[in-house]
Amino acid sequence: MRIGLDVGSTTLKCVVYDDKGELAFKAYERHYSQIAEKAAQMLAAAKEQCAGMEQAALCVSGSAGMGLAEDLKIPFVQEVYATRTAVRHYVPKADVVIELGGEDAKILFLSGAMEVRMNGSCAGGTGAFIDQMSTLLNITPEELNRLSGESERTYSIASRCGVFAKSDIQALLNQGAQKKDISASILTAVVNQTVAGLAQGREISGNVVYLGGPLTFLPQLREAFDRILKVEGACPENSLYFVAMGAALSQEVAQFELSEIMEKIRHYSSKKQYRGSEALFSSQEEYREFERRHQQDSVPTNAPLLPGGKAFVGIDAGSTTVKAVAMNEEEEIIFSRYLPNSGNPVPLVRDFLAELYSKFPEIHVVSSASTGYGEEIVKNAFGLDLGVVETIAHFTAAKKFEPEVDFIIDIGGQDIKCFKIKNETIDNIFLNEACSSGCGSFLQTFAGALGYEMGEFARLGLFAGNPVDLGSRCTVFMNSSVKQAQKDGASIENISAGLSMSVVKNALYKVIRLTDAKTLGNHIVVQGGTFLNDAVLRAFEKEIGHPVTRPSVAGLMGAYGAALYAKERAAWEKSKMIDAQGLASFSHQVKAVTCNGCENHCRLTVNTFTNGARYIAGNRCEKPLQKGKTQVHYNLYDYKKQLLDAYRPCEGPRGRIGIPMGLNMFELYPFWYRFFTALGFGVFHSPESDRKLYFKGQHTIPSDTVCYPAKLMHGHIEELLSEKPDAIFYPCMSYNFDENLGDNHYNCPVVAYYPEVLDANVAALAETKFIYDYVGIHRPKDFPKKMCGILAKYFSGITEKEVKAAAKAAYEEYSAHMERIRQKGKEYLALAKEKDLPVIILSGRPYHLDSEVNHGIDKLICECGAVVVSEDSVSDLVERFPTGVLNQWTYHARLYAAAKYVAQSGDPRLNLVQLVSFGCGVDAITGDEVRSILEREGRIYTQIKIDEITNLGAVRIRLRSLFAALNLGAEKV
Amino acid sequence: MAEQTSRVQFTKEMKKDYTIITPNMAPIHFELIKNVLQSFGYKIELLRTTGREIVDEGLKYVHNDTCYPALLSIGQMMHALHSGKYDLHKVALVMTQTGGGCRASNYIHLLRKALKRDGLEFIPVISINISGLESNPGFKITLPLLRRAIAALTYGDLLMLLKNQTKPYEVTAGESDALVEEWLKKLTRLFEQGKAFSQREVREYFDQIARSFAGIQLEQKEKLKVGIVGEIYVKYSPLANNGLENFLFEQGCEVMVPGILGFMIFKVDNRLEDIALYGGSAAKKRVCTLLKWYFTKYETDLIESVKKYPQFTAPASYERLKELAGEVIGHGCKMGEGWLLTAEMMELVESGYENVVCTQPFGCLPNHIVGKGMIRKVREVLPQANIVPIDYDASATKVNQENRIKLMLAVAQERHTGKDVDGVSPA
Repeated sequence: MRIGLDVGSTTLKCVVYDDKGELAFKAYERHYSQIAEKAAQMLAAAKEQCAGMEQAALCVSGSAGMGLAEDLKIPFVQEVYATRTAVRHYVPKADVVIELGGEDAKILFLSGAMEVRMNGSCAGGTGAFIDQMSTLLNITPEELNRLSGESERTYSIASRCGVFAKSDIQALLNQGAQKKDISASILTAVVNQTVAGLAQGREISGNVVYLGGPLTFLPQLREAFDRILKVEGACPENSLYFVAMGAALSQEVAQFELSEIMEKIRHYSSKKQYRGSEALFSSQEEYREFERRHQQDSVPTNAPLLPGGKAFVGIDAGSTTVKAVAMNEEEEIIFSRYLPNSGNPVPLVRDFLAELYSKFPEIHVVSSASTGYGEEIVKNAFGLDLGVVETIAHFTAAKKFEPEVDFIIDIGGQDIKCFKIKNETIDNIFLNEACSSGCGSFLQTFAGALGYEMGEFARLGLFAGNPVDLGSRCTVFMNSSVKQAQKDGASIENISAGLSMSVVKNALYKVIRLTDAKTLGNHIVVQGGTFLNDAVLRAFEKEIGHPVTRPSVAGLMGAYGAALYAKERAAWEKSKMIDAQGLASFSHQVKAVTCNGCENHCRLTVNTFTNGARYIAGNRCEKPLQKGKTQVHYNLYDYKKQLLDAYRPCEGPRGRIGIPMGLNMFELYPFWYRFFTALGFGVFHSPESDRKLYFKGQHTIPSDTVCYPAKLMHGHIEELLSEKPDAIFYPCMSYNFDENLGDNHYNCPVVAYYPEVLDANVAALAETKFIYDYVGIHRPKDFPKKMCGILAKYFSGITEKEVKAAAKAAYEEYSAHMERIRQKGKEYLALAKEKDLPVIILSGRPYHLDSEVNHGIDKLICECGAVVVSEDSVSDLVERFPTGVLNQWTYHARLYAAAKYVAQSGDPRLNLVQLVSFGCGVDAITGDEVRSILEREGRIYTQIKIDEITNLGAVRIRLRSLFAALNLGAEKV
Repeated sequence: MAEQTSRVQFTKEMKKDYTIITPNMAPIHFELIKNVLQSFGYKIELLRTTGREIVDEGLKYVHNDTCYPALLSIGQMMHALHSGKYDLHKVALVMTQTGGGCRASNYIHLLRKALKRDGLEFIPVISINISGLESNPGFKITLPLLRRAIAALTYGDLLMLLKNQTKPYEVTAGESDALVEEWLKKLTRLFEQGKAFSQREVREYFDQIARSFAGIQLEQKEKLKVGIVGEIYVKYSPLANNGLENFLFEQGCEVMVPGILGFMIFKVDNRLEDIALYGGSAAKKRVCTLLKWYFTKYETDLIESVKKYPQFTAPASYERLKELAGEVIGHGCKMGEGWLLTAEMMELVESGYENVVCTQPFGCLPNHIVGKGMIRKVREVLPQANIVPIDYDASATKVNQENRIKLMLAVAQERHTGKDVDGVSPA
């Protein structure tokens, strides 16, 4: 008898082979981290079924089984190896194995040189990811599978991280995209993530075997793999049990007296201690006192409609919930709803209004407003009078409870919003950009995974004696921290309390980046559904060290604020909002179309309502909305693009050179174009980046945590290769031009050396002349000679004299190009002054010009009514000045200079927004420095973190809040 | 230009009674360096603190997306300042500054920002650099000091190298570690007397050290040989890499960690390489050539002393490493550990340490290029290479790291025995 036990991150699998080698028992169960107990139970069941099994050979595998095996001296095999053992036994002809588990993704290449790949620290594209996404859609993974089979189209969803994918999906839902299409898109994203993260340049072909839970249970996922990899993979019998079977079949097994080892496992609790922290409440009295204190901050929620029937309606269509409130003239709530938003907010709002009208037939709605992610669609669908940016809605509501409020923190399902209030206006805003670990959905996901409903789960932790200290970290990483704590014997109560604390810590230390609780404020209002959990509220008060105000309607504050805002702004007697009659015949239709307005070809969702109103979403610009009549925009990003477009592809007698249009080439293309054309080469560049281009190159990306602009280079190289140029030119450059703004003039390591990565990982480059030598344009005197030496390696007959002349032309071209940018910048600044328009200095690096990188944020700002200029167009307007960090990168020196320019200007119309690419290590330093340059002069710093995401919802809120805070632009009130 | 005006200098007066708190990186090396500095009259406190508190302090004071080494060193120092053990008006802090294009050159500024947040900006922070970035009247890196520091680092390299090769096989457990301790004490005594620094003495003590380790009785047993490369801090610091060296020992491996001297030569040689690639001043070239020659002498002596004992594997020379790197990556790639990291992987594989853990802080920029970015090409040249890249940061868990290392070890085991875990010999 041989027993294999596979202790995975979320499930437990066990198989038993009898002495004839037949599979005599198998079992599969979620272990909800009660590993020892469940394992013992499972073994007992096995023993019962396999009569006469007193002794057996046993072996453990699986990531969560390591500690157990080690401590009980049971043999352990690494799960990838166990998989291979089983595959060899059952599918001897397999070439490649793809196994997706709860939190792991693996690819095994069996034929040829054996290689095994496992996902790194990122859990995107695993079972947990699919679970998370189905929760978001409010369906089961099986339903997701079924729906996916009916899909008509797919959207691109960021697959690198569950957090990003979530915001993409949320946006799609709010735009009214169909669940079936989203489902298919999710599965496609999983495949892309697996391929991008694990294939790393090696082709997946031949006999492909699919293993693990997700691939077993979701045929559509297998289909997606087949489709994208162009293979016909198979999912063998018992595909869930391969790790367990491999463990049983492995040579490592050792004989055990079964009842004895079962007993040991049952009583096993890890010897290792987890790190604990102080309990939330030490006694019931303490808790009661806490409850009493918070009951003071309440507003009636069941108030009557006052004579005259005047009422105000506020609707907050948030990311995971829809909140709706109706209040009377006394600002007391007469009716409210807090509804989980499983996608489309429209039917929820319709039901709310229907209920409202039937409950209060005599109601006279004076004014109404919507806010939140779904602000636009709700406003359009039901004819609401006003839309208000979330931050303002929350501030309005908070003032009601604490007139002196100086800090508001709102923790919702997916976002954290914090704002400082100074002089009755919003002074500073913090939003979580790329991280949802401090949010409600974080708790909810964990509660769900452990088999609880969220409120119930949070309550478990209230009196936990020794909460786990989980620190502050990303949701995805938190999974493994929790796993570790479970391994170390933490109880569910202590994990619950620990998670509540970590929500708070994430909000404080990751989003607000707090060092001292005192700087937060004296009159803090906390709100958002997450704070309705006493455990979270208590953790927050404990962490900052003093009491805060939690309104009784903490979960409704956005909606209540919108209602108050509607009342405040009502200069009319009757709301335009749909009435009871109109509501009865209300209907809503969604159609997906592709916009052909420009080369972006955005996929639009067109919502049509009974009243004839239309709402279009998914657009990156306002073109489809306005049918041709676009307003004039002053956008320096557009101008820079035009300048680059002027360098047309050309032919030359010496051959054709292709240049990838990415990273520093966005600035140096004019230089190299002129240089090579002067030498008699034809020059062309790769096309503008888009998702398609990215996917073309994603299989050769060796490091999945590098920034998106660098990853795009792989696609650009593929595009260039398909053009079969005589050479591809993309030099390594440690140094950039010295603009005398800083201490040195480096490029960042990625910009400097990415050509090395391309050479090492894009196998197809070997077939072409790839010129990626180290070049120093920062030394114009030495450049011609050095460059001549480099060119001689690839081409014959180019003289130093020729190179000298070409270099001269190139340097001149570059200077002229930069001068044009600076001139245009000055022109726009003057124009803005004259027309009294707000100006945003959209600061990033040259490659943030790429619309696939900036996602059209420049256009978005223009739509808000501002003039957009770039950092390089103003950086020459300030003198070199001392900075608090070593100012050693050319591109970043411009950022500091641009910040200084804004800080010195004393002009409130002038503001800076910094674009930061996710994974840019340098920006961890520059961001803080730019902030401090601005804040020293009392200016607001706004940072927008961008990645592969295409969702601009959060960005829009951020920008609108900025304009609202500044009282500028379209938000002028 | 960094804010020179507001910087608190470390004055000559401070040298008398200020304690200079130093973060730790490589325990053996830093202990020796500390002793060198003490012999120059500085009061040095080398931090040996460990534990989650340090990470927490770091998370509080440093931008969470900043690299893990910055977070830990700054966390360690802030933790020390908060411990109540020191008179805050009588302490100074020290930080190295490489001056390269990597963000590591900015650690010192991040430390100052952290101090400022805490209202401790009066504490002087001393930069240790050889790039002429910042200077302090009370802390001068003089030529004698530099010479001694280089000697100390090389002693550290030698002790680490030999200990790693004897410890897994020692018959009497603990003998190798005890010998390291003994040498640390002995060298400290010698440093105090101003001895063991001259070339002649160094050569003599290198021989003595090698001889003493050769005297350790070893068991004949086969062990998996694993090399560790990576970002310099994570590579050496047990605090950062979750005790990687020990973990590998426990898993029954022999561990090889390339030394620090190579990195020092690399940093000097970079300047020469820059001049060769882009042009530059002849005077600078002369100075750097001299310095490189000087460093290389120590390296040569170390290699020769080790080579006298055939049971030991001597490290390859810097020039050999450079040659190896040239097969896959340009010598102009110099930020962070640059091509040296790639070269170290190749050299390890070539000298029998085919299994390599490539350690890096999560999101380390140079490592995207020279670590993960080069693995494929290294395998092309050396197909036997079995490399696993591991990310370290405040939120990565040991379970995941160890699981991945175990996978690498399983591959190693299989190749080592010539049979795979299923007992099947490869076709």
